Amino acid sequence: MQADIFAKRRNESLIFFTLLAILTVGSIIITQYDVLKGFTSIAKALIWGCTNFYPDAGSMQKLADILPKLWETVLMSIASTTVAAVFAILLALAGSRTTRMNSLFSVISRGIASLFRNIPLVAWAMVLMLAFSQSPLTGYLALFFGSFGFLARAFMETIDEVSNNAVEALQAAGASYFHIIFQAVLPSSMPQMISWLLYMIDTNIRDATLVGILTGTGIGFSFDLFYKRLDYHAASLVVLLVVITVIVIESISNYVRRVIL
Amino acid sequence: MTQIEESIKGWGRLKEKGHINDGMDLSAVKPLNKSSLAMRIILLFLSVLTIYALFTIDYKSIDVPKAFADTISNFKTIFLHPYSHRFSLWEAFYEVVVTIGLAFLTTLFGAVIALLFGLLAAQNLAPKQVTNMIKAFVAFIRAVPTILWVLIFAVAAGLGSAAAVIGMTFHSVSYLTKAYSESFEDLDRNVLEALTASGANWWQIVFQAVIPSSATYLLSWTFLRFEINFANAVAMGAAAGAAGIGFDLFMASEFYFDLREIGLITYLILAFAIALETISLRMKGRLHKRT
Repeated sequence: MQADIFAKRRNESLIFFTLLAILTVGSIIITQYDVLKGFTSIAKALIWGCTNFYPDAGSMQKLADILPKLWETVLMSIASTTVAAVFAILLALAGSRTTRMNSLFSVISRGIASLFRNIPLVAWAMVLMLAFSQSPLTGYLALFFGSFGFLARAFMETIDEVSNNAVEALQAAGASYFHIIFQAVLPSSMPQMISWLLYMIDTNIRDATLVGILTGTGIGFSFDLFYKRLDYHAASLVVLLVVITVIVIESISNYVRRVIL
Repeated sequence: MTQIEESIKGWGRLKEKGHINDGMDLSAVKPLNKSSLAMRIILLFLSVLTIYALFTIDYKSIDVPKAFADTISNFKTIFLHPYSHRFSLWEAFYEVVVTIGLAFLTTLFGAVIALLFGLLAAQNLAPKQVTNMIKAFVAFIRAVPTILWVLIFAVAAGLGSAAAVIGMTFHSVSYLTKAYSESFEDLDRNVLEALTASGANWWQIVFQAVIPSSATYLLSWTFLRFEINFANAVAMGAAAGAAGIGFDLFMASEFYFDLREIGLITYLILAFAIALETISLRMKGRLHKRT
């Protein structure tokens, strides 16, 4: 019997690794990924990074241009996330199993959330840019739509998980729909929702860089300008500032999470 | 206890003075603890910043109502008339497969490196100094946006799939290291103690106990990351010139201004993304079942 178990286990892992190998080779061929170049480029990039990619005295003078852009990006990320969260709560209440009005509504809400979540951020940014051009509003709206879909789904899961018992108790006591929402559902899922909100803000600051490069707004645009001018010292200063911002915001959210959860 | 007593006292006083109104006595009874105070402060802070941001946006350069109207009509074209002059549906499909290939390679490389890092970052398998070092390193990697990693590598490797895969691998490593090390830490202590007591060395413990018993969770997390990497691969195609459907999306909107082509591409990406989402939701259910 025992030999059988070992043989079965060996066969299973053999099949798994063969499949993995086939998929890997297939992916390498269709993406025209140069394996050798990929691995040697890590060492090359490290050497290049140490010799060229650090802020120097000259780049410090550009700090005055970079900081307002960074502030604008942080503000945009926070504003888009917060506004998206308000809409996402409404959609989540309509879609969640415990608070929905009826099942048809719920299916539609879940569909909307899935649609917004799965349309890539790049597509939002590109389409919005056609009408809004290089305005900060382009980046704001692109982040808004992306966060809206993500938060709506996260909030739906939160409401489903957290508030079942309280809702049943209130329903049994004859509370009205709005009483249930405001006295049971929202208070009990609020800590988890704020945690998601903070996570989204910090994701959005990183995504704002990508959207900025595509649409020419915010900190992404500053990086793109320096990068294309081959001014790597200034570009590295931008990276450094983004890293510091993200780490600061992450530490604040971790602290808040520890207090509220 | 004292907090509750105080609030009861306060309530009594309110009653004596005849100040009863619904809102007031609710707020007097409910003790304001540290957690709800923190939530109020953070919500207030975020709302103030949001309002400030919305008032200081530069609206002057564009005609906002017109831009919204244009965007809506653009979306109508995109979703109602998807079509492409430049390539057939089959060619577009092939480009999505290329994007999936990029995501697959990224996930694979990320998973292999993260497996090692995850073992070193698990508190029950490695000394504290090592876990702290790995955790700090991983936090730094996560703080740099993916696109910046890709562009930094593009200087050394040139724009293309090599830079995209290596750059995206960084974030996968950081995400999976965290997920893997937490899976390892959930492992039953007794198993490890039994193996150590019977004289098994570290590698034997890892390959005979740690990895086999957490394999299902490792696979689920890896698939969740694969879903994220697909979205990332689309973005890198557009912003960093990596191959795949993202690049076509970029060309369609930046160079050809072809809304109908954007529509076709968006539909294709949506179809794949929703399929991946459905599978990963099932995987998540498997992760939640573990108690």
